[in-house]
Amino acid sequence: MYLVGILLAAAAFWMANSGHYKPLMLGFAAVSVVLTLILSLRFKIVDREGSPYARLLGFLAYVPWLAWEVLKANWVVIRACLRADLDISPALVKVRTTCKSDLAKVTFANSITLTPGTVTVEIQGDKMLVHGLYEANTVPESFISMDARCARAADPRGAAS
Amino acid sequence: MPEAANMMTLDWNTVRTAFGGALCLLGALLCIVGTIGVLRFPDIYTRLHAASVTDTSGAGFVLLGMALMAPDWIVLVKIVCILIFLMLTSATSSHVLANAALTAGLQPKIGPMRKGQPDGEVSP
Repeated sequence: MYLVGILLAAAAFWMANSGHYKPLMLGFAAVSVVLTLILSLRFKIVDREGSPYARLLGFLAYVPWLAWEVLKANWVVIRACLRADLDISPALVKVRTTCKSDLAKVTFANSITLTPGTVTVEIQGDKMLVHGLYEANTVPESFISMDARCARAADPRGAAS
Repeated sequence: MPEAANMMTLDWNTVRTAFGGALCLLGALLCIVGTIGVLRFPDIYTRLHAASVTDTSGAGFVLLGMALMAPDWIVLVKIVCILIFLMLTSATSSHVLANAALTAGLQPKIGPMRKGQPDGEVSP
């Protein structure tokens, strides 16, 4: 089941990247896709995270919101970079996440890191150490909505209440 | 009617080239802004924030501009793939850098940088 998912993804990736559809080239494609499958079997990465089709819609809904957040945060950091006198006040805060699965936690931590002005420094259990550029913007409350959206996008259904 | 269609495609091509070029230029400017931030900020953690401007909006706008100027859909798909992988890997590598710095025992500078002093040279 998961193997079929990886096969479909690899085949689609090859098609989209090559643009050659002669029989010889398609033969090479089949060989490379099979090689990829054998390698992923040997690496033992054929599991739920290896072909995350079930979460695809959730992620697609999450990405535009994240892009907007990243743009807003970019503006703050750009202003901080170009201001004549440096008025940054860095801070370290602990953020508690409600995400259950590893995938959701990684999504949340990467989202924090991707928005300029905040970097996830360390993850331990359900607590994350976040370093922020401005003390006022880096309070645990400011991550609640992102946390909830990550839990909804990446956690298995039912795990997040 | 064919003439009208021809006009339309010509128009779209002109618009997308100009718009794509403008987006690429904006991305390049944002990369410079991020570099200025890296040079000005006091320690590795704050510098990571400045570098992430280059990573996200700088590279993002440049790639968006190139996607608008892409000659066919094969190139477009490749640019979208680059965008996705760049967003995933840049966040991960920033996190790894910060984590390595903390593990190595580097203490981040906390609290407001004093005004007037050049580049956050704060005496304790």
